[in-house]
Amino acid sequence: MATDGLHENQTLASLKSEAESLKGKLEEERAKLHDVELHQVAERVEALGQFVMKTRRTLKGHGNKVLCMDWCKDKRRIVSSSQDGKVIVWDSFTTNKEHAVTMPCTWVMACAYAPSGCAIACGGLDNKCSVYPLTFDKNENMAAKKKSVAMHTNYLSACSFTNSDMQILTASGDGTCALWDVESGQLLQSFHGHGADVLCLDLAPSETGNTFVSGGCDKKAMVWDMRSGQCVQAFETHESDINSVRYYPSGDAFASGSDDATCRLYDLRADREVAIYSKESIIFGASSVDFSLSGRLLFAGYNDYTINVWDVLKGSRVSILFGHENRVSTLRVSPDGTAFCSGSWDHTLRVWA
Amino acid sequence: MAGGRAGAQLPHLSKMERVVVSMQDPDQGVKMRSQRLLITVIPHTVAGGDIAEWLIQKYCLSEEEALHLGTLLVQHGYLYPLRDPRSLVLRPDDTPYRFQTPYFWTSTLGPATELDYAIYLAKKNIRKQGALVGHEKEHYDQLHRKMNHAWDLVVVQAREQLRAAKQRRKGDRLVIACQERTYWLVNRPPPGIPSVLEQGPERSSCAAAGRAQLVRTPPADPLLPNVPLTAPCAPTPRPLLSPLASPTCCPGCKPRARSSTGRRWSAAGRRWPGPGSSPPSASRRECAGGPSPDPPSGASPPPCPGPALAPGTPPPRYLNFSSQRGPHDPFLSGCLPSNPWVTDDDTYWTVNAPSVAVPTKLRVERWGFSFQELLGDPVGRAHFLAFLGTEFSAENLSFWEACEELRYGGQAQVPALVDSVYQQFLAPGAARWVNVDSRTMESTLAGLRRPHRYVLDDAQLHIYMLMKKDSYPRFLKSAAYRDLLAVAVVPAEARRRAFPFLRKPPHPSPSPTLLPASTSAEPVTAASDPACGDRGT
Repeated sequence: MATDGLHENQTLASLKSEAESLKGKLEEERAKLHDVELHQVAERVEALGQFVMKTRRTLKGHGNKVLCMDWCKDKRRIVSSSQDGKVIVWDSFTTNKEHAVTMPCTWVMACAYAPSGCAIACGGLDNKCSVYPLTFDKNENMAAKKKSVAMHTNYLSACSFTNSDMQILTASGDGTCALWDVESGQLLQSFHGHGADVLCLDLAPSETGNTFVSGGCDKKAMVWDMRSGQCVQAFETHESDINSVRYYPSGDAFASGSDDATCRLYDLRADREVAIYSKESIIFGASSVDFSLSGRLLFAGYNDYTINVWDVLKGSRVSILFGHENRVSTLRVSPDGTAFCSGSWDHTLRVWA
Repeated sequence: MAGGRAGAQLPHLSKMERVVVSMQDPDQGVKMRSQRLLITVIPHTVAGGDIAEWLIQKYCLSEEEALHLGTLLVQHGYLYPLRDPRSLVLRPDDTPYRFQTPYFWTSTLGPATELDYAIYLAKKNIRKQGALVGHEKEHYDQLHRKMNHAWDLVVVQAREQLRAAKQRRKGDRLVIACQERTYWLVNRPPPGIPSVLEQGPERSSCAAAGRAQLVRTPPADPLLPNVPLTAPCAPTPRPLLSPLASPTCCPGCKPRARSSTGRRWSAAGRRWPGPGSSPPSASRRECAGGPSPDPPSGASPPPCPGPALAPGTPPPRYLNFSSQRGPHDPFLSGCLPSNPWVTDDDTYWTVNAPSVAVPTKLRVERWGFSFQELLGDPVGRAHFLAFLGTEFSAENLSFWEACEELRYGGQAQVPALVDSVYQQFLAPGAARWVNVDSRTMESTLAGLRRPHRYVLDDAQLHIYMLMKKDSYPRFLKSAAYRDLLAVAVVPAEARRRAFPFLRKPPHPSPSPTLLPASTSAEPVTAASDPACGDRGT
């Protein structure tokens, strides 16, 4: 076991330096295996044409900064949450609001739509994740049926249902992620390893559906086995907080967006970073990232109010989208890839296509 | 919510600072000129248009992007407009701007304190003889009430700063006033203007090592910004933004003996540093000329930087995956008949509804990309189940589905589900017995003694791989699949409507909460549902 090897003369410092040298050796080994750059291989891929992407819908109704949003599987409804505690469900195609809930806390930083479309989950500074069944019954107060599912010891930064309405995965400022049973609120598994606040997570679209990735203020992205609670891979190349992680559609890789103003692509099989998406003129952090359906495009929302569209294979920027009047805090591509929605601190959400 | 992080923890601030420093490079920076403001001449100003041009050249930007970046620099207080201070935007014309002195940078001073703001407002109040207006008046009254017991101190400081200011040349006085005003516009924006310094809820980063000091002694006289090329106005003593802080006038001067308690002085009343301390004016010293740190390396602007890429694996599978999916990606290849978001016509969605009778060609093609893709589509899965039926192995898929239900189901249902799966699929003589290899069966049966949601994982994986490696390829080669491809629909491209107002308004659709529960869980058998095709448009 790890503990019985400690000798008297092994200080914290010497262990630290040993860890550092092991890290260095690991990087060397990784580097030996691969020496061709992604963009060189991608030279044989056709360049993308010019894109016309415009705001097709603007959703106004939040009274304060929009912090998070998620799509319903029906490809048109969305749930969004804001700083003033309001969580709204919209049919974004018609821009009608269908449901609204006021949370008892401010800064609702996480929200998610259930796979069935019949419930939403949200949480923030209340350190909890609560599930609200959606109802059109005028006599029913949505807040009355609320279920408190997750309990953390610091703010909730992200949440996601797994393949059903009955399990939720959460990430928190307390440095942990956790898997919960919705019905009972029971903690099924917890994930410890981040050295600071965990800010984001994404479930792997894999066949065996057993892993997810999380990113945190310790600049690390960690891949977890949901069943055992173990971290199976970790990546630490960002220079600042990782605000957003999202799997490439095949599940072989994931992208991350960070306060260091870069987005990066990490390959899981090669166990390394394979691309950086950055420009000298992009100075502000990337707050949220998502892929188009084919994985060829990476949409990234930034704290400088813009959205940059990257060619994932060639590494170049395809387009920059202006429109929001404050930082873009959340961005998701719709389930069928026909559009993406961005939420901003300017109180609005925009659907782009 | 005051930002709790300074320069090093807010990487965008240090990056903006590098940009403005290189803008002031003598060879490669923006052209400087003198600007007449009423009757005073202000040196070292730059025109908005020149700034925009410089950004365009240096970073290969479009004009829109350059103006956007320039405006952000102004909004963060790194540049200020000389004539219209409240208009924090970069104008692409000859509007004059000046660079903010590093003394007033957010990363230098840290978050503005109430005391500093009180002194500033008190100065303004004195100068305007009590005629403060608007939000400044409100804040002034508020702070007065809050810091009532220490208000004398505030007024003393304000008077002292005003007195010191009068000793300067008019030009310097004007410049410092502009700089200070800009600082406060950024740190205490008027109502209606969002604060650019707001960062959201406090985050805790990794301990110690990388964390910059929130409070640092100011590095230089504000009249001698570390911008090396702004020729110094007379090296006079710095204006006392926070008189209690230990003023390091410039790197050459020795710091004072008095401790820098100023930054942390709170209204709660900290001991005024010693009875012997005199008002700053008495012991202020002249700066010994204008030393400045090394100019930033005046490197020629790099050629338009290409994307930065890390060395990495050549993953042909990315190319294959993305090329294969390209025609299915609405952003790359559009949608037929049209993208609902663009034309407000939702035919695309009705034609691709989860349980449509006749799927589109693209959809049927996708079932051939991967087994996961096939199973993920309710129509695809239904056809696959029918095919398995013809091969007498439909129980495999049903078993797999039951295992999924167990894995993602409610915790309370676990024992019952495990038992039901065992009875149906695994027990000797079970009605729908699945053919799992003996070793897996043994370990599964052993695990069933203590059922948990993952107890069937091995068996499930075995059956999944069986279907994937065996049944699935046969399905793709089968007549059934070929027929599906043949009859699959290819919607015609919608006619472009010249006038948007001729379009029908977007249809509402029934909320998932109102539909019967069968929509997501069970795939509807397509064969039994001939009518569920297009809804009338």
